[in-house]
Amino acid sequence: MFEPEIWRFGRALDPWREMQRLQSEVNRLFSGFTQTAGQDYPPINIWMGTDDVVVTAEIPGVDVDKIDISVLGNRLTLSGAREGSELKEGESYHRQERNYGRFSRTVQLPFNVEASKIDAKYDKGVLTITLPRAESDKPKKINIKSE
Amino acid sequence: MSDMSKDIQKQTASTVQETERTRTRKVYAPKVDIYETKEAIVMLADMPGIDEQSANVTLEKGVLTIEGTISPDVHKDRTIAYSECDWGDYHRAFTLSDEVNKDKIEASVKNGVLRLVLHKAEPPKAKKIEIRKE
Repeated sequence: MFEPEIWRFGRALDPWREMQRLQSEVNRLFSGFTQTAGQDYPPINIWMGTDDVVVTAEIPGVDVDKIDISVLGNRLTLSGAREGSELKEGESYHRQERNYGRFSRTVQLPFNVEASKIDAKYDKGVLTITLPRAESDKPKKINIKSE
Repeated sequence: MSDMSKDIQKQTASTVQETERTRTRKVYAPKVDIYETKEAIVMLADMPGIDEQSANVTLEKGVLTIEGTISPDVHKDRTIAYSECDWGDYHRAFTLSDEVNKDKIEASVKNGVLRLVLHKAEPPKAKKIEIRKE
């Protein structure tokens, strides 16, 4: 599973690791795996704040109670199912482009989050999850005493 | 950061006609399912971010156009760190055949999915020709 390594930003890029990453991306591209729906579903955006991170996912046409959000440490998992329309006798498809079925996706967050304070809302087919940074994981300011 | 974005899930609209849009936004073609029942043709379009106010369905000269305008996805005091789905408007057009009753099209939006029901036109009644006896 491809996981965005967002914590890479802000560091000096290591050319060797970049090469490896590029290689694995290219391999993945030609392996045909990318064609399987659900691999990278749902598409997500990650917004970074100082004390929290916001993850938005486009999951149109799913009931709220069919979406599962779980967090373990700094790993966020989105799973659920999109239900297709069941055709009756004598009905037929002209086109079928939308994806159906179960999906599950895990992303790595830049820090541990406070699991009890996670806020999630689903509106117009867009899921927005606000994950506050865990108190224990916050940077501590250290006062310097002058003697 | 833009090199990290991958627009793998969305497809840009192919038929934005020959005209240009006034807004320099990206335009995406929503993925659709179209199926036919005995009485109607049903179209479902994935348009996350739209509601009944921002969606637009027009029918002109046999061309059914579905459009959606979404408001920018902005989160205050936060910066985008990783992006797969760029926001943009939706546009897609279909030609309809004569079998659709153009005065009776139902449209609804739920959870970012636009649903159109295009009722079929009544089949023309067979005209019986009477034969006279000479």
